[in-house]
Amino acid sequence: MSGDTHGHGDAPAHGSRRTYLTGFALSVILTAIPFWLVMDGSFGKQATALAIMGFALVQVLVHMIYFLHLDARSEGGWNLMALIFTVVMVAIGLVGSLWVMHHLNMNMMPGMGSGDTSGM
Amino acid sequence: MSPDVIKFLFGRFSLESLPLHEPIVMGTFVVVALGGAALVGALTYFRVWGYLWNEWFTSVDHKKIGVMYMILGMIMLLRGFSDAIMMRMQQSMAFGANDGFLPAHHYDQVFTAHGVIMIFFVAMPFVTGLMNFAVPLQIGARDVSFPFLNNFSFWMTAMGAVIVMMSLFVGEFARTGWLAMAPLSGLDQSPDVGVDYYIWALQVAGIGTLLSGINLVCTIVKMRAPGMTMMKMPIFTWTALCTNILIVAAFPVLTAVLALLGLDRYFGTHFFTNTMGGNPMMYVNMIWIWGHPEVYILILPAFGVYSEVTSTFCDKRLFGYTSMVYATVVITILSYLVWLHHFFTMGSGASVNSFFGITTMIISIPTGAKIFNWLFTMYHGRIRFELPMMWTIAFMLTFTVGGMTGVLLAVPPADFVLHNSLFLVAHFHNVIIGGVVFGMFAGINYWFPKAFGFKLDEFWGKMSFWFWVSGYWFAFTPLYVLGLMGVTRRLRHFDDPSLQIWFLIAAFGAALVAIGILSSLIQFYVSFRDRERLRDTTGDPWGGRTLEWATSSPPPAYNFAVTPVIHDLDAWYDMKSRNHRRPTDGYRAILMPRNTPTGLYLAGLSLTFGVGMIWYVWWLAGASLIGVFAVAIHHTFNYDREFHIPADEVTRTEEARTRALAAAGV
Repeated sequence: MSGDTHGHGDAPAHGSRRTYLTGFALSVILTAIPFWLVMDGSFGKQATALAIMGFALVQVLVHMIYFLHLDARSEGGWNLMALIFTVVMVAIGLVGSLWVMHHLNMNMMPGMGSGDTSGM
Repeated sequence: MSPDVIKFLFGRFSLESLPLHEPIVMGTFVVVALGGAALVGALTYFRVWGYLWNEWFTSVDHKKIGVMYMILGMIMLLRGFSDAIMMRMQQSMAFGANDGFLPAHHYDQVFTAHGVIMIFFVAMPFVTGLMNFAVPLQIGARDVSFPFLNNFSFWMTAMGAVIVMMSLFVGEFARTGWLAMAPLSGLDQSPDVGVDYYIWALQVAGIGTLLSGINLVCTIVKMRAPGMTMMKMPIFTWTALCTNILIVAAFPVLTAVLALLGLDRYFGTHFFTNTMGGNPMMYVNMIWIWGHPEVYILILPAFGVYSEVTSTFCDKRLFGYTSMVYATVVITILSYLVWLHHFFTMGSGASVNSFFGITTMIISIPTGAKIFNWLFTMYHGRIRFELPMMWTIAFMLTFTVGGMTGVLLAVPPADFVLHNSLFLVAHFHNVIIGGVVFGMFAGINYWFPKAFGFKLDEFWGKMSFWFWVSGYWFAFTPLYVLGLMGVTRRLRHFDDPSLQIWFLIAAFGAALVAIGILSSLIQFYVSFRDRERLRDTTGDPWGGRTLEWATSSPPPAYNFAVTPVIHDLDAWYDMKSRNHRRPTDGYRAILMPRNTPTGLYLAGLSLTFGVGMIWYVWWLAGASLIGVFAVAIHHTFNYDREFHIPADEVTRTEEARTRALAAAGV
C-alpha cells in the first residue's frame, strides 16, 4: 500500500451530471419497454423472451459506458481486455450450455419436442 | 415452553440432532473437545490471546494472512485425511458377511465430507495462502491492493470450514457426493440438514475465495515494482494471475448454481427437480462449468511453484519462460472448454462428446510443454536435491502418469467404460495429490525460511517425502486396477472376496500417507525447536532468483524499505550479478494499512447467518444478515485506516539487517 503508486493520473474521467442523467434516462426506458412487452402480452412468448434479452444486452452496455465509464483507453486498455475476456467466458458458458442441453433433450427426451428447453 | 416458541427459537434443531447414539462420532467429539479445551487452556495459560488477536486475527499483512491460510489448510488436511482413512478401512474389511464398521448413513457423509474438505478447505487455502504470501513479495509490493478485504476473505474461508466441521457434531453432513448432484440434493431426496450445511459452507467460503481472487488480480496488475513488465514477472506470479482470473470468472457460477439449488430447497422452486419443468441435468452442466476451471485453479499455482523451484535448485534461468507463460494462458482459456468431459455418459451424443473429448486432449499439449520446459531446465543444470526439488521431481514422475490416464479418460468410448469407476478416483487423486499436494509441500519447504526466518528440518522433511510419495503409489495404483476391473466408486460393501487384496494394499498405502503427514507435523515441531541451527540470516537461503529473496527472512511489515527497480526477468539474480548494493540510508516513512477486526466480525456474522439458515432459525438468520450490513456500513465510516511507520523505525530495522548481513559475511 505505498501511497505513491496510487496516482489518479491515468484514471478514467468520472463523468458529468449530463452523462449520468443520459444513462439514467436510457436505463429507465430500456427497463420500461420490456415491462410493457410482458404486461401487454401481444407479442407471443418466444418473441417477448428474445426481446427482453436484447434489451438486457443494451442495458448492460449503457451501464458500462455511462456508469462505469468504460472505454477502450481507460486503465491502459486493461478494462477493455477484461471486458473481452468476460464476454468470451459468458458466451462459452451460454452457447455451450444451450448446445449441450439441446442435444441432451433430443437424445434423452424423445417425444417431448426436440426444441424443448423448458428446463432451462 | 410451548412447541411453537421452541420451534421459533430453535427451528428444526432438537437434542435428537446431536449424534449421541453414534459411538464413532461421539468418540471423535470427545477427542476434539478435550483437544480444543487443552488448546484454549494453553493459550490462556501462556497469555497469548492478546498477541494472537492483535498480531494475527486482525492483521491485514498479506504475509500473516498467507500463513493463516496455510494453517487452516493443515488443520483441515487432518480432518479430510481421517475421513480418507475411515473409507480405506471400511472398504478393506467390508466383504461378504462382514459389514465393516461404518453404517451406510455415516459412510455416505464421510465420502462427501472428504471431497468437500480436501478441495475447498485444504487445497484452496493452501493455494491461496501461498499466493497471498509470495506474490506481493515477488512483485516488490508492500501489501495487496485491498488489505482489509484480504483479511475478510480469509475469515470467510475459515468460517466456511467451521460450518463443515460443525456438521460433524450437530446434525449431519450431506450424503450426496462432493458436488451434491441434483435431484439427489433436492428436498425430496435429502430433506435433512446435510445439503444445507453443504450449501452454506460453500456460499460463505465462496465469497472469500472470489474476493481474494479480485484482490490478487488487482495486486498483480496494478502494484508491480517499476520496470517489471508483464514478461518480466516471475512465473509463479504469472500462474497466480491466471488462477485468480479463473477464480473471478468461475466462482460466480458456483455461487449461482448453489443459490438456485437453495431456492429449490427453501422456496420450492423447480430449477433442478425431476418434475414441474425442472432439469437436474442443468445442475450437472452448470456445476461443471465451475468445476473444471476449479481444478486448474488448484494446479496452476502448483505449476508456478515447480517452475520457481526447478530454476532455483538447478541454478539456471527457467527454460522457455515465454512458452511457459503462453502455456499457462492457453490452459486458462482451454479450461473453460472441456467441462462436458465430466458427463460424457449423460447422453449429449456423438457431436458434443467428440468436441469436448478433443478439447480435453488438446489441453494436455500446453501441459506437456511445461513438463519438457522443466526437464530442459534440469538438463545440464547443477541440481541441488533439497526438499523442494525432491517434491518437484516426484511431481513430474507422478503427474505424468495421471496426465496420461486423463487423456485416456478424455476418449469418450473409454470414458463410457471407466466413468464412475475407481479408475476415475485413482486418476484425479493422481493429479491432485501428485500435482497440487506435492506442489504445496514443495512451496511450503521453499518459502518457509522466508516466512519464519529458519529452514525446515531436512531429515523429517525427507521422511515426510518418502512416506507421502510411496504411500500415494500404494494407495492409488490398486484403485486403477480395480477400476479397470469394473469396480464403481463410493461403494460401502463388496461381495467378491477376490477384490479384497487390492483394497488391503490401498489401505496400507493410506497408512504410509498417515506416517507422511505425521512426519511433516514432526518436521514443523523439530524445525521450531532447532530454529537457531536452521536460522537463515541472509534472507536468501537457496540462492534464489526472484525478488522475495532480496529482503530479510522474515520480511519486515513493509517488505521493502526502498521499492526495487526491475531490469530483467529473475530480478534478484540480476541484481546479485550486477553487484547490487543495498541502500543503507535515506529511508523515509512508510504508509501502511492499519489492522482491523471488522473482517472477523463480518465473517462471524456470516457464520451465524449460515447456521440460522441451515436450522431454519429465521430470527437468527435475519438478525445476522442485518448485522452484516450494519457492520459493513459502519466500517465505511472508518477513515482511520492507514498509519506511517516512522523513518527512524525503518532505519532501525534496516540497520539491524545490515549488521545481520555483515555477520553472515554477505
